[in-house]
Amino acid sequence: MSSNKLTRATQEPAWVRYTLLTVGLGFLFFFLGLPLVAVFVEALAQGLPIYLEALKESETRSAIWLTIVIALAVLPFNILFGVAAAWAIAKFEFKGKSLLITLIDLPFAVSPVVAGLIFILMFGSQGYFGGLLAAKDVKIIFAVPGMILATLFITFPFIARELIPLMQSQGKDEEEAAISLGASGWQMFWRVTLPNIKWGLLYGVILSNARAMGEFGAVSVVSGHIRGETNTLPLHVEILYNEYNAIGAFAAASVLALLALVTLVAKTIVEWRMKAETDMLNAELPGEKT
Amino acid sequence: MTHFRKSIATVLLSLVAGAALADATLLNASYDVARDVYKDYNPMFQKHWKANAGESVELKQSHGGSTKQVRAVADGLEADVVTMNQANDIEFLAEKGLVAKDWAKKFPNNASPYTSAMVFIVRKGNPKALKDWADLAAPGVQVIMPHPKNTGNGRNTYLSAWAWALKQPGGSDKTAQEFVGKLLKNAPLFAAGGRDATTTFMQRGMGDALITFESEAEMIAKEFGKGNFEVVYPSLTMQTEFPVAVVEKVVDKKGTRKQATAYLEYLWSKEGQENAAQNYLRPRDAELLKKYAAFFPPVKTFTVDEVFGGANKAFATHFKDGGTFDQIYVAK
Repeated sequence: MSSNKLTRATQEPAWVRYTLLTVGLGFLFFFLGLPLVAVFVEALAQGLPIYLEALKESETRSAIWLTIVIALAVLPFNILFGVAAAWAIAKFEFKGKSLLITLIDLPFAVSPVVAGLIFILMFGSQGYFGGLLAAKDVKIIFAVPGMILATLFITFPFIARELIPLMQSQGKDEEEAAISLGASGWQMFWRVTLPNIKWGLLYGVILSNARAMGEFGAVSVVSGHIRGETNTLPLHVEILYNEYNAIGAFAAASVLALLALVTLVAKTIVEWRMKAETDMLNAELPGEKT
Repeated sequence: MTHFRKSIATVLLSLVAGAALADATLLNASYDVARDVYKDYNPMFQKHWKANAGESVELKQSHGGSTKQVRAVADGLEADVVTMNQANDIEFLAEKGLVAKDWAKKFPNNASPYTSAMVFIVRKGNPKALKDWADLAAPGVQVIMPHPKNTGNGRNTYLSAWAWALKQPGGSDKTAQEFVGKLLKNAPLFAAGGRDATTTFMQRGMGDALITFESEAEMIAKEFGKGNFEVVYPSLTMQTEFPVAVVEKVVDKKGTRKQATAYLEYLWSKEGQENAAQNYLRPRDAELLKKYAAFFPPVKTFTVDEVFGGANKAFATHFKDGGTFDQIYVAK
């Protein structure tokens, strides 16, 4: 009886199942598969040697490196702020907590272009700190620091957002146990908290990293588009395309797509490990199963 | 690996010192299809400057939409020189005090080292026999152009049609406005920019004619093949200028006035002019214009100064809020 009930969901008439499958797969194919294939087809339209030649160009290479450098530069800040914010929100009660959560979500709500303009308003030569920065000859806007700031603004919710529900569900029992057994704050963090959240943290890192590498709007506003110096890959793709250099543009886009695919694979591995670990934990605690 | 180290080093260096390897570093902020012109021009100038002044100079390029670029310069992008495709954009910098008020007099030819002309791109064989502006305004013709209010390309198209109508027998501002109104009715959409308009016309196959720069036609040929379209020169069209200027505030701060001025002056040299011609921009040098006559068929042109009394005045009359474009477009 019960097994009959369980398989009920797959006992819809065949035409319903196949229609749903076709719609689902067709959507995936047209909106995700086809564009991805198109990028590589366009990039390789004139053969592999020309594709490689386009990638060899020093400006394209420096765009690739700058993209990676910016992604790496924002990472430590994102981890630090993300863990700190999630820790505070998940483990403690304090006034203004909901305000803090709203603030963390702000970059999701604000359009990236507006985010870029915020930095222009602050650090541009007509902005609040423009005069001071010019006097000290410090360049933030239209240079790499500004691009890192803009990327940071766009990506910082990812890790906190990933960790808050995880830490909340874990509660603070284990930490309290560690403290009462005489662990110092750091010992507790390294031995108890971090191992508990490591997969969630890694997952957040991967998400924010993907966003950092693909960000266009905010970075475009503060970049200044100096070739070989402040062009990231997405910006470089746009410029090449506007210059009627389709091969170059699609070649650069294909690198971006490859980076995204690598991220996707990493994400899948992390998800798989996460699941394996929870299954293992559940298996160790048979009594708690319901 | 060595490349990785090198690029890390470059990024760090630019973070810290802004690359002090050359005797001087110039940044040229330019419009977005100018890359080919300056990619070839920059090494020429470097050689010239080394030979004549004994200095090595590093040249950097920044490209983007013309108006976006001058905004960036106004907000602190430290460009020594600006090389644009619209006088309005340099005027904007002059108003902000970054460029000399009399920038157009600082170099010959209205500070524009080369020019282009607005032309029609039509389908192969010109099936609708579009020869002149009047044909574009005829019923049943679709014209692809960028938005006249916020793109240089679109403004040039609008003003070209206006000037043509004005110069017809019995032409007046009133008849010109009517004519432009009819032309705009034939535009199924306004593209966001020059490249967007090209994509709409060539790739999506929309419209019977695309209006763009003569120089752009060659870039279109590069991507889409020469045999796929024809270029039509109307009986009268705008001579578009590509004004250049030294950014006074930046060169004073960086101490690069000498190099920046020389960089722009050299655009008028034989080498600089020939480079422009090879990139399908009409050189000011009469001899070279003749030499490259195959690229540049004779065409009757007007300048914005002659017909509209300057770029600023043209902008105020036609494209400011409540200008003739708004009047026509609301009426539509």
